[in-house]
Amino acid sequence: MSATAAANRDMPSLYGKAGSLRSERRWALIWAYISLIFSAIILLTPPVYMLITSLKTSAEIADQKGNPWIVRNPTLDNYWELITNSLFQGFFINSVIVTVVVVALTMVISILAAFALARMRFWGSQVLATGVFLTYLVPDTLLFIPLYQIVGGLGLLNSIWGLVLVYPTLTVPFCTWIMIGYFASIPKELDEAALIDGATWPQMLLKIFVPVALPGIIAATIFAFTVSWAAFVYPTAFITTPDQMPLTIGVVSQLVRGDVFVWGQITAGALLAALPPVIVYAFLMDYYIAGLTAGATKG
Amino acid sequence: MAADASTAPIMPSAPNSGRASSLQRLARRRSTIAVLMTTPLLVVLIGLVAYPAGYGIYLSTLNRRMTGFMEAEWLPHGLGNFEILFESETFWAVAWQSCIFAITAVILKALVGFWLAHMLHHIPSKGQRKWRGMLLVPWVIPPALSTLGWWWMFDPAYSSINWLFQVFGIPAVPWLGEKWWARLSIIIVNVWYGAPFFMIMYLAALKSVPEQLYEAAAIDGATSWQRLRYVTLPMMANIISITVLFSLIVTFANYDIVRVLTNGGPRDLTHVFASYAFQVGILSGNIPRGAAVSLFMFPILAICAFFVLRGVTRRNKEQM
Repeated sequence: MSATAAANRDMPSLYGKAGSLRSERRWALIWAYISLIFSAIILLTPPVYMLITSLKTSAEIADQKGNPWIVRNPTLDNYWELITNSLFQGFFINSVIVTVVVVALTMVISILAAFALARMRFWGSQVLATGVFLTYLVPDTLLFIPLYQIVGGLGLLNSIWGLVLVYPTLTVPFCTWIMIGYFASIPKELDEAALIDGATWPQMLLKIFVPVALPGIIAATIFAFTVSWAAFVYPTAFITTPDQMPLTIGVVSQLVRGDVFVWGQITAGALLAALPPVIVYAFLMDYYIAGLTAGATKG
Repeated sequence: MAADASTAPIMPSAPNSGRASSLQRLARRRSTIAVLMTTPLLVVLIGLVAYPAGYGIYLSTLNRRMTGFMEAEWLPHGLGNFEILFESETFWAVAWQSCIFAITAVILKALVGFWLAHMLHHIPSKGQRKWRGMLLVPWVIPPALSTLGWWWMFDPAYSSINWLFQVFGIPAVPWLGEKWWARLSIIIVNVWYGAPFFMIMYLAALKSVPEQLYEAAAIDGATSWQRLRYVTLPMMANIISITVLFSLIVTFANYDIVRVLTNGGPRDLTHVFASYAFQVGILSGNIPRGAAVSLFMFPILAICAFFVLRGVTRRNKEQM
């Protein structure tokens, strides 16, 4: 599109029609920018308003007279109070432990399985690959009641290890699915060459597949991380004691208590809790988007 | 080339025996290794998805204390929970609300996402990355947390949206207090959260439409509407249907937005299946009936899943 636009610019007087086409294109461009600015404002308003609120004192929030969209006396007290609050620190540590263990488990399980499913055709491998995709489509809200009973039977209710047990249902199917896609796109000549040179299957996986499919592994890891960090249904169902809560449910249930809402702290807590996925996104945006679109375009 | 490079580190560790025999041994052990490698996956799929799904069906047939099957009057023995749900007005309200919410939200997300993707596709590709990065932010924040921000913006006494409305002379809106406004608020938050995902999917699809098709259409004198209708949409049909069906599954089973924003209120009128199942099963402690409620999601999810799978398989065949 830009190429043709440039061509039109070079010979504006040559054809009368080209000029009208050019002005049509320019209007389309202006219209596109107006729409984008408008939608960016709407899409970014809630997080920005949370930031505004988190910088206010409780007195300023309670004051109904002024404009709620500006901060008169900015303060970092809300953040400081949360960071020094041992309960909030506990939420954070719980989230980190659960997420790290779940991501590690997920990646090991899905890389091993995806390698076997993509390269070693065995009895039922096609059915299993389809089954993996179907389980990805099973939402957590369909399973949380039976899982509540199962986790309860194992004595893991109110424990972060109960979460570590059930989170793989959210992460493993999708990660396996996109890893199958990435592994399948590696040329067969590569493993044939390795086999002729006498490489064993584990060597082939570690020395060829993992390095070559590294972008896919990064995308899958990001997916597993964001999903386990943001998980909400399972912790709300399984955890009721504050000391075992991860961040999402901790912020929602512990800071919102009784009739008095400490909105400054709630918004500060929510922003702090949302920070790790946002940071990962900011630095690894391309992998993040590759992981998002991979579900429908790979495999 | 690449194969040559990878042989060097592998060569030294190869066994000294002849190539043929080691190949044979590998072939013999191949299926064993494959089964071993897929075992952890099978444990997760069977132990944590298939078994709970079956167990959920069994649970839904039990009585409240889980001491025996739930008696029923006009349905077969053991389906008493379903019978009670069918006769309960709240349940039908929940079923309607789930459908209204899911269908409206998905249609709006698809339209907004398509529009955003189109606008993004129009601007020079240098700036696209920056805009795309900015517009995807709602999708990156965990929805339970961003919904807290929305809740605060909808707060009856301090609503900042109403403050802006007042500046423009629009009367204040009882966002979460009145039935239809509360339902609309949930849809707004869901669209806000989900539209960027549609945008990303559609943008990827738009980029894969060959430029020659548009040139051919332009030569034939197609208007921009005709180009959209006869070139873009048919080329994107598959990805649109996959994304819409996938989003229908996720939206239909949504829990966190309803839980944080209204918690089912006012008067249980904004409950969807998931939040109602949670309320009945976990909060009121009637596990079997909660399991029965969540099972109602299964048929529509199964239908969507079937078509998603078909779309994805078809797409893979096209790409091969």
